[in-house]
Amino acid sequence: MPDTGQTALLDRAGLDALVAALTADGRTVVGPTVRDGAVVLAELDGADALPWGWGTELEAGRYRLVRRDDGAAFAHTSGPQSWKSFLHPQREKLWDVDRDAAGELTVCPARNEPPSYAFLGVRPCDLRAIAIQDRVLAGGHFRDDGYAERRSGAFLIAAECTEPGATCFCVSMGSGPAAEAGFDLALTELIDTGGHRFLVRAGSAEGARILDRVPSEKGDTTTSDAARSAVDAARDRMGRAMPPMDLRALLGASPEAERWDDVAARCLTCGNCTMVCPTCFCTTTEEVTDLTGDHAERWQRWDSCFDLDFSYLHGGPVRASARSRYRQWLTHKLSTWHDQFDSTGCVGCGRCITWCPVGIDITEEVNALAEEARS
Amino acid sequence: MSTVPVPYRVIDRWDETRDTITLRLDPVGEPLAPFAPGRFAMVYAFGVGEIPVSVSSIPTDGGVAHTIRAVGAVSEALCRKRVGDAVGLRGPFGTGWQLETARGQDLVVVAGGIGLAPLRPLIRRVVADPRAYGRVNVLVGARTPADLVSRVEIRRWATAYTGVTVDHPGAYWRGEIGLVTRLLDGAQFDPGQATAFVCGPEPMIRATARDLVHRGVAADRVRVSLERNMRCATGHCGHCQLGPVLLCRDGPVIGFDRAEPLMRTREL
Ligand SMILES: Cc1cc2nc3c(=O)[nH]c(=O)nc-3n(C[C@H](O)[C@H](O)[C@H](O)COP(=O)(O)OP(=O)(O)OC[C@H]3O[C@@H](n4cnc5c(N)ncnc54)[C@H](O)[C@@H]3O)c2cc1C
Ligand code: SF4
Ligand code: SF4
Repeated sequence: MPDTGQTALLDRAGLDALVAALTADGRTVVGPTVRDGAVVLAELDGADALPWGWGTELEAGRYRLVRRDDGAAFAHTSGPQSWKSFLHPQREKLWDVDRDAAGELTVCPARNEPPSYAFLGVRPCDLRAIAIQDRVLAGGHFRDDGYAERRSGAFLIAAECTEPGATCFCVSMGSGPAAEAGFDLALTELIDTGGHRFLVRAGSAEGARILDRVPSEKGDTTTSDAARSAVDAARDRMGRAMPPMDLRALLGASPEAERWDDVAARCLTCGNCTMVCPTCFCTTTEEVTDLTGDHAERWQRWDSCFDLDFSYLHGGPVRASARSRYRQWLTHKLSTWHDQFDSTGCVGCGRCITWCPVGIDITEEVNALAEEARS
Repeated sequence: MSTVPVPYRVIDRWDETRDTITLRLDPVGEPLAPFAPGRFAMVYAFGVGEIPVSVSSIPTDGGVAHTIRAVGAVSEALCRKRVGDAVGLRGPFGTGWQLETARGQDLVVVAGGIGLAPLRPLIRRVVADPRAYGRVNVLVGARTPADLVSRVEIRRWATAYTGVTVDHPGAYWRGEIGLVTRLLDGAQFDPGQATAFVCGPEPMIRATARDLVHRGVAADRVRVSLERNMRCATGHCGHCQLGPVLLCRDGPVIGFDRAEPLMRTREL
């Protein structure tokens, strides 16, 4: 998507007007909001619902909301959800089947009118994650129609990162903290002597059209420069890093590494890391029948490669050990994903580190594998 | 490509062995695109589920046949289907054997157990067009004589060599006994000019493919058909990964040059 070059400045009221304009267009606006002690993604009825004045403190296996006195709306980092909850939902009906008295089957694809989403506050790492799921689910020979429909109608408003979290490593993965492409609008939040405001860049014709309908000031170079340096500063404050090397080659050459036994001794194979990961796409299917026995539904739901059943093949799972399942997950993320989909499967959002109940840290594991490969 | 199962009707059904049957299916309405040997369908049993099954026959008058071994919920439900019953099909999926790349070559077709089913449409094409290929060898292994599929048809195929062996012979077996790899000694082929097609349990595939490569057949000319759990067959569910390979999309038939290192890694 080309950067149309159009920039503007919004204040809090302007952001609210943007939400109102999108809602008026019939869009469901989804963005971050504080709920149950976390920043979650939910439908927003206005910009007031954003987490103004909330930040997050993250560590491996730990997440906490903290108050900020600067009132920032986008100073929090990745929460437990990602946008895949909306584009690639946890459960989705695939088809309905009816069997008539003669035993004939009538199969109907389950196609609901997809909501027309506007996502407000998509982090650059998550923008990349959406682009990766686009490749996986809509970029191959077969297309996941439900995903493709929801995705093609979605309007993306990025929020660049100026406050990276302690588990973030987007710089290592080349996916942040700046938003470079794949958005309709990109916001950079600025709080300085010039006040609390948002620099907005349009990244698509539709983004520019919406921006025209919102009261704003013209962007100036001083503000643009301030925004650039705030994002550049974030680049130097990443909480974590991958070893600076070809990760695809490293993982490709490590199937028998001893480190897998080490991590397997800690991993609970709970699958949390796969649920929170914005690129993990795996699903399984379920057959549901009603009481008459003449109506059946086929459902798809998220699945995890940590589940024993995931690799089940008559008689038992192919990947029985925790070692082989953690290895599958990490090797897929960083190596075989390239073979399968021509991109990495990790964007450095840090969610898997934050939400692992035992604090397993993907960057620490990869650094250990790199160390083992060197020795 | 239809994303939902297309209704097919069972127009014929016969037992292959005590736990394996063949269903001959005709489309109720519009058919799926034509199948090629080695490709597969997702076969849907109403109210139970959907499983990957290779095409075991591609009748010239349309329709398709699947040979199914009852091992669990869905395969058992499919094996209980009777003439007139309906099933759903999605497909065709997968790479297939790509027999066309073996024209002029000696062929070594090796099947273990129900692995003969996905090879049957290939063998039928070959024996119907003998001048297109060099010497044709069909090697079949099964656990017991009762586990042999297509028993009668095997003997009718005109080949340079047909061998059948079983692990556990029982009282009335008078043929070969032992692993299917033993039959390679009887097969007639020039390793430098041969293409092999191998399907069966994984240990059998590995042993056979290694032996063929050992005898001088190029690893990429040894085509093996592999199995992994599959939920969607469209490359989206993630279940059929074998390292870098998505078996529903890049397989199930792949060259042993690719398969060998992947099969060597335990629990991949
Ligand atoms: C490409 C391909 C071609 C196949 N061709 C044939 C064929 O021609 N004839 C035949 O009888 N069988 C074939 N199979 C195997 C067949 O798909 C399994 O036997 C079947 O999935 C078992 O499902 P179930 O519900 O009966 O058994 P369960 O044991 O109850 O299976 C539980 C679940 O695990 C999965 N599963 C179990 N075993 C396998 C397996 N071997 N492969 C894939 N998924 C599995 C199924 O999706 C199933 O829903 C093929 C498999 C693949 C991948
Ligand atoms: S790495 Fe952590 S989150 Fe992932 S399966 Fe293991 S214990 Fe669960
Ligand atoms: S693997 Fe971890 S850091 Fe990478 S994208 Fe997934 S959740 Fe984020």
